[in-house]
Amino acid sequence: MKYLDEYRDEGLAKKIVSEIERIVTRPWVLMEVCGGQTHTIVKYGIDHLLPPQVELVHGPGCPVCVTSLEMIDKAHAIARRPDVIFCSFGDMLRVPGSESDLLVLKSRGADIRVVYSPIDCLKIARANPDKKVVFFAIGFETTAPSNAMSVWQAKKQGVKNFSVLVSHVLVPPSIASILQSPLNRVQGFIGPGHVCTVMGYREYEPIAERYKVPIVITGFEPIDILEGALMTIRQLEAGTFEVENQYPRVVNREGNRIARELVNKVFEVCDRKWRGVGSIPKSGYKLRYEFRDHDAERIFDVKEIATREPDICISGLVLKGVKKPHDCPAFGKQCTPEHPLGATMVSAEGACAAYYAYGRHLEARPAVEAA
Amino acid sequence: MSPEAFAVSPGAAACPVPYSDYREIVLAHGSGGKLSQRLIQNVIFPEFRNDLLAPLHDGALLSINGARLAFSTDSYVVSPVFFPGGDIGKLAVHGTVNDLAMCGARPLYLSCGFILEEGLPMDDFRRIVRSMRDCAAAAGVTLVTGDTKVVDRGKADRIFINTSGVGLVPDGVDIRPSRATPDDKVLISGLIAVHGIAIMSVREGLQFETEIASDSAALNGLVEAMLAACADIHVLRDPTRGGVSSALAEIAQGAKTGITLDESKIPISEEVKGACEILGLDPLYVANEGKLLAIVPPAAADAVLAAMRAHPLGAEAAIIGEVTAGHPGFVTMKTRVGGTRVVDMLSGEQLPRIC
Repeated sequence: MKYLDEYRDEGLAKKIVSEIERIVTRPWVLMEVCGGQTHTIVKYGIDHLLPPQVELVHGPGCPVCVTSLEMIDKAHAIARRPDVIFCSFGDMLRVPGSESDLLVLKSRGADIRVVYSPIDCLKIARANPDKKVVFFAIGFETTAPSNAMSVWQAKKQGVKNFSVLVSHVLVPPSIASILQSPLNRVQGFIGPGHVCTVMGYREYEPIAERYKVPIVITGFEPIDILEGALMTIRQLEAGTFEVENQYPRVVNREGNRIARELVNKVFEVCDRKWRGVGSIPKSGYKLRYEFRDHDAERIFDVKEIATREPDICISGLVLKGVKKPHDCPAFGKQCTPEHPLGATMVSAEGACAAYYAYGRHLEARPAVEAA
Repeated sequence: MSPEAFAVSPGAAACPVPYSDYREIVLAHGSGGKLSQRLIQNVIFPEFRNDLLAPLHDGALLSINGARLAFSTDSYVVSPVFFPGGDIGKLAVHGTVNDLAMCGARPLYLSCGFILEEGLPMDDFRRIVRSMRDCAAAAGVTLVTGDTKVVDRGKADRIFINTSGVGLVPDGVDIRPSRATPDDKVLISGLIAVHGIAIMSVREGLQFETEIASDSAALNGLVEAMLAACADIHVLRDPTRGGVSSALAEIAQGAKTGITLDESKIPISEEVKGACEILGLDPLYVANEGKLLAIVPPAAADAVLAAMRAHPLGAEAAIIGEVTAGHPGFVTMKTRVGGTRVVDMLSGEQLPRIC
């Protein structure tokens, strides 16, 4: 396929791998931030291609995985109502809440619909004026513009029976939180290409400077990831810590100004609870006051639902890059995509699900290095 | 403190909530993947258990007075009822014809059960029935018995069809999943993932430069041509729901052999590849109609491939992998960039109600 096959070329992959092998002099731990990147790595077996000194750990960038249990319970409380059509991206249907998942609510009669775009919900809302149509607006900065657009359009067009349950999260605060952790092992980042398509990468520069880590904004195809890894390792070997852009065919430093402006008109930054991680200050978006008539949390009065996360949850450690999926004793045994125990097993972009889908539970477990 | 200091006990790994077995049927139970397999193995098979059902093949092989019969049934609930390249009636005839053909049988007779929703336009019903008539005639099978039920509006989605069929297995033909043997070659008869994407593009209103039409087709003619080239074909399977991955994973499990695939050898069209990228689907899990997987002895692979390519339904046939003694029960694939991965059965549901 034009524009994609070039980035899946075996010969080119081999060249980049041998360049990494040539320059690497000591072990390095890199984190790819996005769930989509994790997926590519495992789908194409990229981590198996890299020399043993280079360890990839998987980052927090799966929006489904990091959505808090509390928010899932709020979604379920709304979806259960007979006057509601609850719309969601497909991945969210199987995320377990405290009692069930959306698939089960659907089988019990709740009107739950999978949409590819929140804009589709406006159509559903207009076609069903006697129902309240709610969209579960999750995601990082990548999905924020289209989610913002749905609310903007609803207000502009007077679609009063449309609202959003907002659980947006932001990448830079989560990276900073990982770097502040005393458990941190990450030395360089394969940065979030699609998030930066929207936001640009200026806000990563102070992080690279403050924590002295290289951050290479990277794409999602196998060659992108290998090249991003090469650029990160090159910096690590040279002792530099800059923000570099591997993905200039899509990303520039300023991002998409129109999208950013729309996001700023509709959303404002707020503290956000992350599943398995806890609350991170200023790490999410909520609707601005002017859009309160489209705020599902307010309309359905679910603000009071407060679910306490279990004390120990390895999915939190996986999201922070401290643990690998197969470090969990339940991985591939009690915990599978059909019976997910944790969010990282649920979403296709979740690290555990990616490991599982591509058979890592079937491979011999690598010997754990002495700590 | 090292990360390993965070010892995790199995109980503690029950992170957010151990929502285990589904107490209701969910759509993924009909996906053709793991939940379907589990439903059959845990709920249906233990109650119906018998030697003829045990192989869990596309159809049962029966021996009656020396004649070897294949017997198969399938139900069709596709939405929308009409789609580019076909309709529910066409699928209903082809599906059962193909299930019989995958047993190596020559399909002969079909039954047909209709469940109709009150309000279905008569013209639509007539169009479906005529489509079935034409497909049956083209496939050389006769519809010899049937049943019709009508349910209240809202109790079914327009029309559901069940077809069952019988066929005769020629002497010397022995096609079963368990016959997959190390060193056998794995062949596919053409481009993958076409049907699922055709249905999805109608549902999602996706427009491509060229319309993607379903590849639904009766495969008994192709199978006859293949058997003429090599009567000793070991396994045939039409990779419908769950796609190529699920079909091969099931064969590997059943035969207790491994299978390795070469991603660069698997035929797929640019349009389908593009649609899969847009929709976030893995084409290996997308449903096919009118395609078959064959597992044949290595010495016969080239002859079978030539016979497939000489047939209109096998023009793009390819050898995509082989059966291995290593990693029994699992399918692995050499990826485009030279890595390897395991190809598992479909987990959950990619696209519901596509056939």
